[in-house]
Amino acid sequence: MSLIDTTPPILSARGVHHAFGQTEALRGIDVDVHEGEVLAVMGPSGSGKSTLLHCLAGILAPVRGTVAYAPRGPAPVNISGLGEAERSRLRLTDFGFVFQFGQLLPELTALDNVGLPLLLGGTKRAESRQRSEELLERLGLKAFTAKLPGELSGGQAQRVAIARALVTSPAVLFADEPTGSLDSLAAENVLTLMLDLVREAGMTVVMITHDARTAAYADREVIVRDGIIAAGHRVPA
Amino acid sequence: MNNSLALLGLLSREPSYGYDLKHSYDRYFGVQKPLAFGQVYSTLARMFRDDLIMALGEESGGGPDRKKYEITLAGRDKVRQWLFTPDVPSETLQSELFAKTVIALLLDDDADRLLDAQRAEHMARMRELTRLKSDADLLQVLMCDHGLFHIEADLRWIELTSARLTLLKKELQSA
Repeated sequence: MSLIDTTPPILSARGVHHAFGQTEALRGIDVDVHEGEVLAVMGPSGSGKSTLLHCLAGILAPVRGTVAYAPRGPAPVNISGLGEAERSRLRLTDFGFVFQFGQLLPELTALDNVGLPLLLGGTKRAESRQRSEELLERLGLKAFTAKLPGELSGGQAQRVAIARALVTSPAVLFADEPTGSLDSLAAENVLTLMLDLVREAGMTVVMITHDARTAAYADREVIVRDGIIAAGHRVPA
Repeated sequence: MNNSLALLGLLSREPSYGYDLKHSYDRYFGVQKPLAFGQVYSTLARMFRDDLIMALGEESGGGPDRKKYEITLAGRDKVRQWLFTPDVPSETLQSELFAKTVIALLLDDDADRLLDAQRAEHMARMRELTRLKSDADLLQVLMCDHGLFHIEADLRWIELTSARLTLLKKELQSA
């Protein structure tokens, strides 16, 4: 039995439209992301998959349609109806983000990069340090905590970025081509480490990838094509 | 994969019984589809007939299981020839998919749906192979990776064809 059959959706998009100027990026997306599942979002370049991720994560407010976030415990939230400040707070407390390139601050050490979201959220420095160290150790980077991003390999830097995304124990991790800049072996190592951690913590993951081998690590995939979810992947009416 | 030559290759290491050869084969190549004993013995009989292997005598008790086989010089040559002759890339699946896509377009049917269904099937198989890798030893990981890369190649073709369906339909209908 799959997570779709056993857990409720933690994120539900209904009729989501978004446009950049005259260009329609999303043209009525319906998708559910179930609690604890790893969902891969696939599709050709320019299909709207990154826009979809940004709408689900509250980075963008869709021009039409709703995105409901229903974590366990607190009352459900209509993300699409929140103001920028509220969405920004939600992103800090409930969501984690991993991108393909350039998300580490070059002047901070690996340890300080990881601890940053905790400090921004008001966690004490000592506790932030301890949690960051623990996570970096889990990701095999104990010996690299004092290194600057420029002193790390691509795979190591991406593991630091993953630690930073996970350090606040987010309910949902959004990953946009998390291993897209790495070679096959490094990508596989980074992905396995990341998914072991999130599955152990019961987190939900929405992961954009154009790579089928990466998507194969997910529990299921949806295909976005021309701003809509491709047939065969749609939510039953 | 050519099972007979893989068995002959395994036999090149040392003389062996059919029973041991079958288990050796399953360990290296048959994780997902073990070889039937019957197939092992019939293959050994064929290789014996063709002078690729010889029997080292029979232990009391009789039956095929009691015979120990050793590879012959001709057998060793055959193995080396197999090892160093490159294979023609298989196009069986792609030609089938190609035919289905063309027919669907000619019949004005939903080729997109056909390709989506095939993509879902491929992805399900890739998930299965990826799961197998998590508890596997390096040998099995490499076998799974081989399968994964092949399925990925099919998927790329599906993706590209999917993006070109409108154009392809126009071309087919004007032909």
